[in-house]
Amino acid sequence: MPDLIWLVPGFPLLGFLVLVFGGRRMPRRAAGAVACAAAGLALVYALGALAFLLRQPADARRVTVALAPWIRAGNLDVSWGFLLDPLSAVMILVVTGVGFLIHVYSVGYMGDDRDYPRFFAYLNLFMACMLMLVLADNYLVMFLGWEGVGLCSYLLIGFWYEKQSASDAGKKAFIVNRVGDAGFLLALFLIFHTFGSLDFDSVFGQAVTRLDPGGLVAVLIALGLFVGATGKSAQLPLYVWLPDAMEGPTPVSALIHAATMVTAGVYMVARSSALFDMAPGVLLLVAVVGALTAVFAATIACVQNDIKRVVAYSTISQLGYMFLGCGVGAYASAVFHLGTHAFFKALLFLGAGSVIHALGGEQDIRKMGQLRKKLPITRATFLLASLANAGIVPLAGFWSKDEILAAAFGGHHYLLWALGSAGALLTAFYMFRLYYTVFEGKDHVDRHAAHHVHESPPVMAYPLIALAVGACGVGIIFGFPPDHGLYHRFVAPAFGGAAVHEIGTGTTVGLALVATIIALAGIALARAWYRTGAHPAPSRVAERYRGLYTTLVNKYWVDEAYDAAVVEPIRRGSVRLWKAFDEAIVDGMVNRVGDWVQGWAAGLGRFQTGSVPTYVLSFLVGAVAVLGYFLLAR
Amino acid sequence: MSGAASLMEVALFAVLALVAIVAALVVITHRHPVYSALCLVITMLSIAFLFLLLRSEFLWVMQITVYAGAVMVLFLFVIMLLDLRREERPWRFPENRLQVGVGTLLALALVAELIVMAVAVRLPGGAGGGISPEVVAAQGHTQLLGRLLYTEYVFPFEVTSVILLVAIVGAMVLAKKRVE
Amino acid sequence: MAVGLPAYLVLAAILFVIGVAGVVTRRNILIIFMSVELMMNAVNLTFVAFSSFLRALDGQVFVFFILVVAAAEVVVGLAIIYAIFRHRETVDVTDMNLMKG
Repeated sequence: MPDLIWLVPGFPLLGFLVLVFGGRRMPRRAAGAVACAAAGLALVYALGALAFLLRQPADARRVTVALAPWIRAGNLDVSWGFLLDPLSAVMILVVTGVGFLIHVYSVGYMGDDRDYPRFFAYLNLFMACMLMLVLADNYLVMFLGWEGVGLCSYLLIGFWYEKQSASDAGKKAFIVNRVGDAGFLLALFLIFHTFGSLDFDSVFGQAVTRLDPGGLVAVLIALGLFVGATGKSAQLPLYVWLPDAMEGPTPVSALIHAATMVTAGVYMVARSSALFDMAPGVLLLVAVVGALTAVFAATIACVQNDIKRVVAYSTISQLGYMFLGCGVGAYASAVFHLGTHAFFKALLFLGAGSVIHALGGEQDIRKMGQLRKKLPITRATFLLASLANAGIVPLAGFWSKDEILAAAFGGHHYLLWALGSAGALLTAFYMFRLYYTVFEGKDHVDRHAAHHVHESPPVMAYPLIALAVGACGVGIIFGFPPDHGLYHRFVAPAFGGAAVHEIGTGTTVGLALVATIIALAGIALARAWYRTGAHPAPSRVAERYRGLYTTLVNKYWVDEAYDAAVVEPIRRGSVRLWKAFDEAIVDGMVNRVGDWVQGWAAGLGRFQTGSVPTYVLSFLVGAVAVLGYFLLAR
Repeated sequence: MSGAASLMEVALFAVLALVAIVAALVVITHRHPVYSALCLVITMLSIAFLFLLLRSEFLWVMQITVYAGAVMVLFLFVIMLLDLRREERPWRFPENRLQVGVGTLLALALVAELIVMAVAVRLPGGAGGGISPEVVAAQGHTQLLGRLLYTEYVFPFEVTSVILLVAIVGAMVLAKKRVE
Repeated sequence: MAVGLPAYLVLAAILFVIGVAGVVTRRNILIIFMSVELMMNAVNLTFVAFSSFLRALDGQVFVFFILVVAAAEVVVGLAIIYAIFRHRETVDVTDMNLMKG
């Protein structure tokens, strides 16, 4: 069984190849079926892999499969290798599980799209790359998957490439990711230089011996890796691409920008825990950045009016929690939150997609309202997802988020705990602001669109229901009791038993209670302000704190700041280089060479007088000279 | 060789040489093409007789009949056909002056060089190729030449006949009026 | 032989150079052509002179061939000149400069 682990990314890759070459030639539904089948088979194999692992004794759940050598150059020896251990098993289950459901959903959502086969081809390619990323047993294969998902993100965000804003968003995502990737690459170079290898086994095994704790090399490696994670997982300051990425189709947002690709950074940090443990300063930085991002994004989400943007900022915020978890040493909890988040965030996006689909493309929540009667399934699942996101017991989000906050508290990072809790308050608030505005409140739906409002077809509704079940149950089934549930016992060996600060049961319950109160408070405020849609408070508060409100609506002007500080100078520099260098110097040189040759041609051409006597004269000159030479040389 | 014969030989040579040179000079300087052609005939005849002086009877006849008799006649045909006028002196044309001047100088240089070389020629001693004047007198010049031509040089001989054929065809093609 | 080889060679050289001067100097293409014939004659003279003094007839065979080829060449050359004249009404070489440049 484990030898066939490569089939997990293999099936989607095969699906991609089939669709790329034959997608246009098969009937539409066939393309969708191929893609879903590929994803489904990957899921089946992932389940098989899990079963295999469970059959092994707990301390022997680690299999490496090397398929073939890839690079053998000097000291560098990299193979196409796959690693199956509890961590990667969890990841592939999340990716294939949520991925499969989203594939099914897309059959309905993208049903009328002109480029249906291309969409599924990209989707399959993405799955293949993401699975390769999480199954890699060395940094280079992981990086290959990393770049691959970045590419697919670009392709899928800009799927409707004829729309200027969409192609711009794709470019922005790719370029910002690239900045992060630069850090990742530098870290890889340092790792190779220090350890002589890129294999996880070699690197992590020798981490303690070859790195000074807190030393410069360790710090640089960890920092480089984290920069890469920041780009891919949309943390401060490289998060700016994710809100724009909402230009892509909603299933893309669900799969890539909620459940899977953006979590690659978290996975990478978790996988590299051995390295990060050698640089506690960087770990602290990770936690701080995570917490700040969580709060920062949550504040922006409170005032956004595009349904997808709210969910996007929510994603950024929740990713911040995951990094916070890693930063305080609770790697397993961070990955747990990754898993639960995948369910409810994907559900939120797909639910938003359902709403948008029903309203014929409307995304502004100010033009929605009172949709609960017409979209019952969507509404119910969306409500469950919002509760899960807000962290209400016993839904999934509660267990994972709470573990993280408890770990922060237990590690004496009280400020971080406070930030995290503030973020939780805001999360509850904006989620229910969204829910009430869309599904309750005042009906602002455009008259014309209102006629077409209908619930989603089964092919879209069933995935919603499946995800809702996950959002409800995954947390309690695998996460109870906190830090010791089924999940934790399964995953712990993968983290080498990193010490998570043990906190007493009393503290745990106390913290959980505080968190629940905070969440309920947020929901209550949102309910009060938005349930009827007629409450004066929101607008009055916005009036009174006009400055703050404008700042939040404009996302703290970060995009504008980047434009002014980075994009414009580069653009102006490029223009200057183009004019001064490319045109003047390079073109000038080329032209001057051409002119020089032409000059010679013209000059030498004057010998071609066309007059035979002249030619004879030249013979004569030659003859006289040669004879003269012979005579004189005697 | 007897003194009188050799004296006659020298005298003949001198006369023929002088005639040839003078006629050649006229060829290149006269303004009227017809006179140039006629002087060229004279030059060729002088050379023919020089051939005879060198005991080459066959070539003497060939030079007169083919060169002077056929080729030059053809030249005259064409000159008259084209009905040419007198030509202006080359040095009257300013654009020509440099070329004429340089050309003449170089020609003088060349002739000087050639004379120096000619004077320094030393023949190898011995019987040479074995065809002494006595042999020529005995067997006949034409026969000897013919024998050589049809044995050792038979291939070039055949090729020249092809060349002649090509020349005839080429000339006809070139001179033909285009059929409109 | 009373007249030595150098004498013939010098004569041939002079005739040859006269021919060269004619080619370089004159503008009428027919005169130029005739100068070329003059040069060939000078060469023939050289060949025969050497053949006689070296006591071998090979040189004269060459002359034979030169004669034949010269005849053929004159035929074709005059045909060309005639064709040019028909086209352009000129025999002045300075007007025949289509190959210029």
